Amino acid sequence: MSASWTQKRDRFGGLGVYTVIYLAFIYGPVLVLPVFSFNDSIYVAFPLKGFTLQWYEEMINNPRMLDALMNSLKVGGTVAVLSTILGTLAAKAVTRYRMPGRGPVVGFIMLPLVIPEIIMGIALLVMASTGGIPLSLLTIGVGHMLLCVPFSMVVMISRLEGFDKSLEEAGLDLGENPWCVFWRVTFPLALPGLIASLMLTFTISFDEFILAFFLAGTDVTLPVFIWSQLRFPQKLPGVLALGATILTVTFIMITFAEWFRQRGDQLRKASYREQ
Amino acid sequence: MSDEHIISIRGVSKEFGGVKAVNDVTLEIRRGEFFSLLGPSGCGKTTLLRMLAGFEAPTRGEIFIDEQAMSAIPPHQRPVNMVFQSYAIFPHLDVRGNIAFGMRKSGLSKSEINARVEEMLEMIKLPGYAGRGATQLSGGERQRVALARALIKQPKVLLLDEPLGALDKKLREQMQLELRALQKSVGITFVFVTHDQEEALTMSDRVAVMSKGQVLQVEGPMGLYEQPTTRFVADFIGTMNFFEGTVRDAGDGTTNIDAESLGEVRAETKDAAFGAGSEIVVAIRPEKLRLTFEAPDDSVNVVQGRMGPAAYLGDRSHLYVYLTGRDEPVVVAMQNAGRSAVGIDQADQPVWLSWDEEAIVLLPGE
Repeated sequence: MSASWTQKRDRFGGLGVYTVIYLAFIYGPVLVLPVFSFNDSIYVAFPLKGFTLQWYEEMINNPRMLDALMNSLKVGGTVAVLSTILGTLAAKAVTRYRMPGRGPVVGFIMLPLVIPEIIMGIALLVMASTGGIPLSLLTIGVGHMLLCVPFSMVVMISRLEGFDKSLEEAGLDLGENPWCVFWRVTFPLALPGLIASLMLTFTISFDEFILAFFLAGTDVTLPVFIWSQLRFPQKLPGVLALGATILTVTFIMITFAEWFRQRGDQLRKASYREQ
Repeated sequence: MSDEHIISIRGVSKEFGGVKAVNDVTLEIRRGEFFSLLGPSGCGKTTLLRMLAGFEAPTRGEIFIDEQAMSAIPPHQRPVNMVFQSYAIFPHLDVRGNIAFGMRKSGLSKSEINARVEEMLEMIKLPGYAGRGATQLSGGERQRVALARALIKQPKVLLLDEPLGALDKKLREQMQLELRALQKSVGITFVFVTHDQEEALTMSDRVAVMSKGQVLQVEGPMGLYEQPTTRFVADFIGTMNFFEGTVRDAGDGTTNIDAESLGEVRAETKDAAFGAGSEIVVAIRPEKLRLTFEAPDDSVNVVQGRMGPAAYLGDRSHLYVYLTGRDEPVVVAMQNAGRSAVGIDQADQPVWLSWDEEAIVLLPGE
């Protein structure tokens, strides 16, 4: 008893130190961003000079930056909705129906997850230019869809596989047609997954740089805009302020998505409890 | 089809990728009866039930419910409801929401539906449960809610897919009696799928025993136990001793058989089912064998053996007796009426087994 207790403590000691270092390594640099966004100096260097909201003011009063933000919101919102719809339908198909070629189809949908974005960016750019398709927010959106559909599908497959298929059959059995069963049974049970998928895909699109960089026309998304600003040292603190803002918003969204996912898991576990 | 039958299954087969799950089943289920589909897993009983519900379409054949062909009717328009093996209680709804789920198109007002829900809760002995979340229910409670949710629809037939399988033994036995009483009081035809032969015998008016996609015998519980017509049914229902044999002569009402280890066996037969010379199987239930430690006076229907091991089961014991020319022991059941069980620790003693002619069941040889 006491031996295992000491063992546990020792292991915690070693792993504890490792954990602290690991977390510091991840979050240290990220936390520098907000700190310098409040620093009263255009140079990003210690020691800190003083507190200011000047950079946030500059950020808000920069119309090009706000345009880029709006572009990102537009692309992100549209991509999130469309890829979640497609991902959900695909997930429903592969979890609910026996169909030929299921494995390869899923594999090909998932493939963009492992193809380097730079390769995809070049490929899409070549296709757009040879096809005479003008680069715009639309091309960015299409590129982002390729990335987001597999993510949405993964989220929705785990959600749909999780709940008992006979729930939908029970809905039919109790006299509802398939469409009503979808709205009265499938949809409410899948809702946590749908919300998680919307948030995840929006965030992916919102953050995405490489494809957006390759496929942007005159309208750019926020990450591309930020990158363009880095060439001018005096703009850097404004970018830091923007970066800090995005970081905060993204963090809140991911936390929400995770919360919804876990809430869904609890429901799902409950539906399985007595089986 | 007569008015007596509510379900008529005619020549129905179901293939999954070339495998026949249900093979040419023809079956009639009477109005208002408690009917069980009994068989080991993979025998096709659940597939047959799912075809009644409309979740699977027959590859061949047709199902009639209340004289109406079902092939073109989707599940949500069939006059049947189902209690699922997993109960399929909607986790996002409370008990009221679950029970009232199928009442949306009933034309009843909200307060009328609520009143019906309360009635159903009374019936399943869960009054006051309307507001409970689906996730707060125990296994037995879920089973009752699933039952209420289906019965509130007043279906012509209630389909039950092994609904007691997940419950512990005590609760299961209690639910068997309750289900049976409920069926009698609502008068709805129940089609009950189970692999538990004891459960099927306890609850059913009639049982169809299935094996490998086919219905082997349809009979009331007693007929199934006392007069099985195939070796599979005889073996699946209860315990049975089998002896290979050949018919010596088949007379009027009695058949004489030369059976392995038993010698000459005389059996009562209603009609001469087996002609002289046919290879058959002689079957005797363990409780229909008498075991004595001295030779009985009668010389017919007696065989001498040697006592083997014994299994004490509390209310009764299973004694194993070795006969010459046979490796497998014969099982004899003895009620433990007295304090000390007969036959325990008496291995290798000479014993005699005797039986009545009416105890013998003759089955076709394989």
